[in-house]
Amino acid sequence: MSATNAVVRRGDRVFSGFAYGSGIAILVVLAAVAVFLIAQSLPAVTATPSQVNQGGMSFWEYLLPLTFGTIWAAALSLIFAVPLSLGIALFISHYAPRRLAGVLGNVVDLLAAVPSVVYGLWGITVLAPSIQPIYEWMTVNLGWIPFFSGPVSGTGRTILTVAIVLAVMIIPIISALCREVFLQTPRLNEEAALALGATKWEMVRMAVLPFGRAGIVSAVMLGLGRALGETMAVAMVLSPSVIISFFLLRSENPTTIAANIALNFPEAHDIGVNILIATGLLLFIITLVINGIARLIISKRAAFSGANS
Amino acid sequence: MTDLTYSRHRRSVRRTVVDRLMRVLVILAFVIALVPLVSLVAMTIAKGLNRFDGEFFSSSMRNIVGAGGGGLHALVGTLEVTLAAAIISIPIGIMTAIYLVEYGRGRLAKSITFLIDVMTGIPSIVAGLFAFALFALFFGPGIRFGLGGAIALSLLMIPVVVRSTEEMLRIVPNSLREASYALGVPKWLTIVKVVLPTSIGGIITGVVIAIARVIGETAPLLIIAGLSTSLNYDLFHDRMTTLPVFVYTQYTNQGADAQAYIDRAWTGALVLMLLVIALNIIARVLAKVLSPKGAR
Repeated sequence: MSATNAVVRRGDRVFSGFAYGSGIAILVVLAAVAVFLIAQSLPAVTATPSQVNQGGMSFWEYLLPLTFGTIWAAALSLIFAVPLSLGIALFISHYAPRRLAGVLGNVVDLLAAVPSVVYGLWGITVLAPSIQPIYEWMTVNLGWIPFFSGPVSGTGRTILTVAIVLAVMIIPIISALCREVFLQTPRLNEEAALALGATKWEMVRMAVLPFGRAGIVSAVMLGLGRALGETMAVAMVLSPSVIISFFLLRSENPTTIAANIALNFPEAHDIGVNILIATGLLLFIITLVINGIARLIISKRAAFSGANS
Repeated sequence: MTDLTYSRHRRSVRRTVVDRLMRVLVILAFVIALVPLVSLVAMTIAKGLNRFDGEFFSSSMRNIVGAGGGGLHALVGTLEVTLAAAIISIPIGIMTAIYLVEYGRGRLAKSITFLIDVMTGIPSIVAGLFAFALFALFFGPGIRFGLGGAIALSLLMIPVVVRSTEEMLRIVPNSLREASYALGVPKWLTIVKVVLPTSIGGIITGVVIAIARVIGETAPLLIIAGLSTSLNYDLFHDRMTTLPVFVYTQYTNQGADAQAYIDRAWTGALVLMLLVIALNIIARVLAKVLSPKGAR
C-alpha cells in the first residue's frame, strides 16, 4: 500500500505509536511467559527424588509417565475424532440439503464454544457410568486383545472414556475447520468431476479431498493441540496415577500433564509448585511443536488479502 | 457393443454401491457424533433445571453445607474477571491487528504474526501458570486474586481478537483507503473513519466470540484466582470464584448431601452454557446489524 501518499501529522504518530506499541507488547508478553516459566522451572530440574512429591522418583522419572499419558490420551481421542469429524464436515458441506446445512453448521459452531468443564461434568456423570457395562463386556469378549485386558475398572473412569470425551470436545473444532475447507473447493473442479461421470463419492474423493488435504491435516493438528492441552475434562473424568500403561479399561490409568497440574496445584507448595510449572513448560513446548507443524502446513496455502496488494 | 455395455454396467454397479456406502457412512458418522453432543445438551438442561431457581442467583456458598446456597459469587466473579480480561485484550488485540494490516512491514510484523500463532496454541493451564509465576514473584507463592485470572484469560483472548480483527481489516478493499488518501485525509483518520467503520461488524463479532471462548475457562482460574465461598467484588484482593471453577469444585468436593452439590454443579454448567450461547447469538445479531449498509 502506498502509505507515503498520506500526510503525516501528529495524530498519525500517536496512532501508529499505539499500534506499534501493541505489537511490541505481544512480543514482550510472550518473552515474559517463556522467561517466567523457565525461571520457575529451574529449581525442579535439580530437585532430589525425596522432594518430588511422588516419593522416590526423580524429576525425570516423574515427567516421563505424564508426557506419555498426555500424548496417549490425545492420540486415542484422534482415532475417534478424525473419521467422525470428516464425516460431519462432508455431510454439512456436500451431502446435507442446503437449508439444513446452514443450521447444522451453526449448531456445530455453537458446540465448539461449550466450556470444557461442562464436557467434564457430562463425562463423569453421564458417559462413564453408562459405558462401564460395555467395558465389562469388552474385557470378557475382547480381553485377548492386550489393550482390552482386565481387570475392568468398576467406575468407567478410564483412559478410553477420557479419549471419548476429548473426541467429543474436538469434533466440533476439527469438523468446523474441515467444513470451511471443503466449501472452498473450486466449483469448477467438482462440476468437471461430475461431468466426467463420477459418482458423488468419486467427486468427493477426486476433487474435494485432494483440494482440502492441507486443510484437513492442519485442522487435525489444531484439534490435537487442543486435546493435548485440555485440562478439566481429563481432571474430572480420569482416575489418575503416574504410570505408563497401554491398558485402556483398567482402573490404573496414565494421567496427563494438564490434569496433573490442575489436581495437584491447589495443594502444592515450595518445590512442588516448581515441579508442576516445569511440567507445564513441557506441555507448552509439546503444543508449540504440534501447532508449529500445523501452521507450516497452512501457510503453504497463499492467503487472500484485499488490503495488501 | 454388448461387451461394452456389459462392462460399463458391471463397473457402474460397483461404483454405485461404493457411492451409496460412502453416503451411508457419512450420514452415519454425523449421527454417531450427534449422540454425545445431543446427550450433553439435554443432560445439562434437564439436570441444570433442578436448581435453576431464585436462590441460586441470589446467594453465595458462604456458610452453606449441604442443600441450598447458590452461585451468585461465582457469577459475579465470572463477569468481573471476564470483563477485566476483555478490557485488557480488546485494545491490545485490535491495535495489534491494525499494526499488522496497516503498518506492519518486514521482520517485526512477521515475527508478531508468528507469535500470535504461538499464543493461539497456549494451553489454558499454561496461561494460568504464567500468571501465577508472574505474580508469585512479586507477592509470594500464596497469591490468589481475580485480576491474575483476568491476565491469564487475556493471554488466551488476545490472539483470538487479533486474528479475527486482522481478517476483517484485510477484506476492506484498498480502493476505499486510496479514495480517502486522495481526499487528503491523514492515514490515522483513514483508519479510524473509513477502515474501522467498514469492518466494525466483523470486529465486534470476533470480540464477542473471543469473550465466549474465555468465559468458560476453568484451569487458569483454578490456579490463579483460587476458590472462595463468599461474594468478592474486589478484583485486586483475595480469592475469587468463577462459574467454571464453581462447577468443578461443587462436583469434586461433594459434601454429606452429595446430590445438593451435584445439582448445583449442573445448574452452574447450565448458566455457563446459556451465557456462551447468548454471547454467540449476540455476536451474530451484531454482525448483521453493524455490517456496512451498502455491502448487503
